[in-house]
Amino acid sequence: MQAICKRLVQEQLKDCGLNYSLLNTNELDINQVVSEVYLDTLNIALNKLGIEIVASQKSILVQKIKEAIIELVNLEDKLVLSKTSYHLAKTLNHGYRYLSGIFSEVTYTTIENYIILQKVEKAKEMIAACVLTFTEIAWKLNYSSIGHFSMQFKNTTGFTPTLFKRIIVQRRGNVIYNGSK
Amino acid sequence: MMTNEIIRVLLADDDKDNRNDFIEAFESLKISTTVETLKNGVQLMKYLNNPSTKLPHLLFLDLNMPKKSGLDCLLEIKQIERLKHLTVVIYSTSSSEKDIEDTFLHGANIYIKKPAHLTVLKKTLLHVLTLNWQYYTSGMNRDNFLFHL
Repeated sequence: MQAICKRLVQEQLKDCGLNYSLLNTNELDINQVVSEVYLDTLNIALNKLGIEIVASQKSILVQKIKEAIIELVNLEDKLVLSKTSYHLAKTLNHGYRYLSGIFSEVTYTTIENYIILQKVEKAKEMIAACVLTFTEIAWKLNYSSIGHFSMQFKNTTGFTPTLFKRIIVQRRGNVIYNGSK
Repeated sequence: MMTNEIIRVLLADDDKDNRNDFIEAFESLKISTTVETLKNGVQLMKYLNNPSTKLPHLLFLDLNMPKKSGLDCLLEIKQIERLKHLTVVIYSTSSSEKDIEDTFLHGANIYIKKPAHLTVLKKTLLHVLTLNWQYYTSGMNRDNFLFHL
């Protein structure tokens, strides 16, 4: 996926005749002065490919915080999940209070809420995969009990894990049926 | 500012007061949105099926509309290639648990019960905007984009 995005961006920049240096998979420096209007046009062209230019320092940091959180949650490491603020501060090399402040300012929500959202997303994937029991999922995601897990799942999504699973499984059945019409 | 893009919101609701409250609630939020409203399901499908229409980022659908119900619109939308990836928010007065579950089974992403107070409505709409934006920018799996708020 990253490789495809990189190619698309490179092709777009080549078409525009811009001189640039790639820093990593999603950062680059344009080595010439570019007007705001030009940047907007470039952004629109890239938007069509599903890519967005994130230009402000704060937005960039927020993006990094989000990526770090998603990565931490996907580790399914109970020790890491019990100390997310520590790991975030360490990974991003900023104090947690600073990260919190910027995150809330840009996204209108808190890092804590975002972590919960990502944990619940991960839970949804695990539930949809129909391999693990709810107890196993709760344990993997570092919830103290299945009760606590169900409560947070319900508070975030409005569904109990059982109802969510039922809907997802039935929806899959519907999609297959509709696709064959 | 969460995003530089102006978020396009569309509401289909036959009740004029609801439409006005909705517009007012969005206007008070700090996020840039353009809000359009339509009066019934027939108007909605005509609008969405028009190839020159800029599709909304968020479609709010009242279930109980004359001529064509919200559920019929939802079913139709999910069958049309160009429309089936729209984020659909069912926005309704109280429905039975079964009706609510039906809307999710047929592809709705979010269900909101119409709140009685404007302040609650504003808070709920902000939550919907935030959730939708998360799904677009964090690469989250849209198959699991279901919320009963």
